Amino acid sequence: MMIPASHYLIVAFVLFSIGLLGVFTRRNTILVLLSIELMFNAVNLIFVTFSRSWGNLDGQVAALFSMAIAAAEVAVGLAIAILLFRSRQTIDVAEFNSLKD
Amino acid sequence: MLDQIAFYIFSGVLLLSALLAVTLRHPVYSILCFLASMFSLAVLFFIQKAYFVAVIQITVYAGAILVLFLFVLMLIGYEKEQRAFWTNPVRFGFAVTLAALSLIGLLWIYRTVGATLVVAQGQAQDLPLQAGSIQSVGRLLFNQYLLPFELLSLVLLVAIIGSVVLAKKEL
Repeated sequence: MMIPASHYLIVAFVLFSIGLLGVFTRRNTILVLLSIELMFNAVNLIFVTFSRSWGNLDGQVAALFSMAIAAAEVAVGLAIAILLFRSRQTIDVAEFNSLKD
Repeated sequence: MLDQIAFYIFSGVLLLSALLAVTLRHPVYSILCFLASMFSLAVLFFIQKAYFVAVIQITVYAGAILVLFLFVLMLIGYEKEQRAFWTNPVRFGFAVTLAALSLIGLLWIYRTVGATLVVAQGQAQDLPLQAGSIQSVGRLLFNQYLLPFELLSLVLLVAIIGSVVLAKKEL
């Protein structure tokens, strides 16, 4: 007895929206990056679901690629967070408004 | 039957811990909730016979990315957020509205074009038991997807060099 693909897709949609909520509510730069990771994972779940639904493995390969890109993105993003902290002594995203002044 | 029980339990855990990860005020707690959601997502991959992807999910997210997050958080120090985010009604309303709109939009896209993408339940050919093993995924990775795979190693190299250069003391 298979669970229908739509169940997985709805879980993935809700996960994506939770990640989006985190991006807009969080003030800590690191936790904004964490919310972006949640959105990445929702997309991976969609890839794997369609891989099973279509009966081939291409979706799983795409999910693996997406994970590697996410790892690279986190490494660069956290390095930028360290740089921001070094220049401003804070990682609150609301403080990074120097372009405004 | 076991699949269904596992699906409902672990998707519940996944969504609950993801929600806690974006709402808890203490940063370390929210990273640990992220860990729980990554493990439940690995279980969902495992139920769908994506065994290799599930293992890589645990290794990369729980092993590498999570440790990196915790490490950087400890390095630059953290303080608890002073107020929960829902104390600012304008900000909270804006964020919830956008998230709800995205959810509605995704469901609408699924309703309009999703029916053509998802194979009907009766004619779905389930993956064979060995489908998601390292052998079959690796065979696909090194034949059909060889060029993207090699390009990906270049991307990772650039990311390593980039983060080392960025994090150096003087730029």
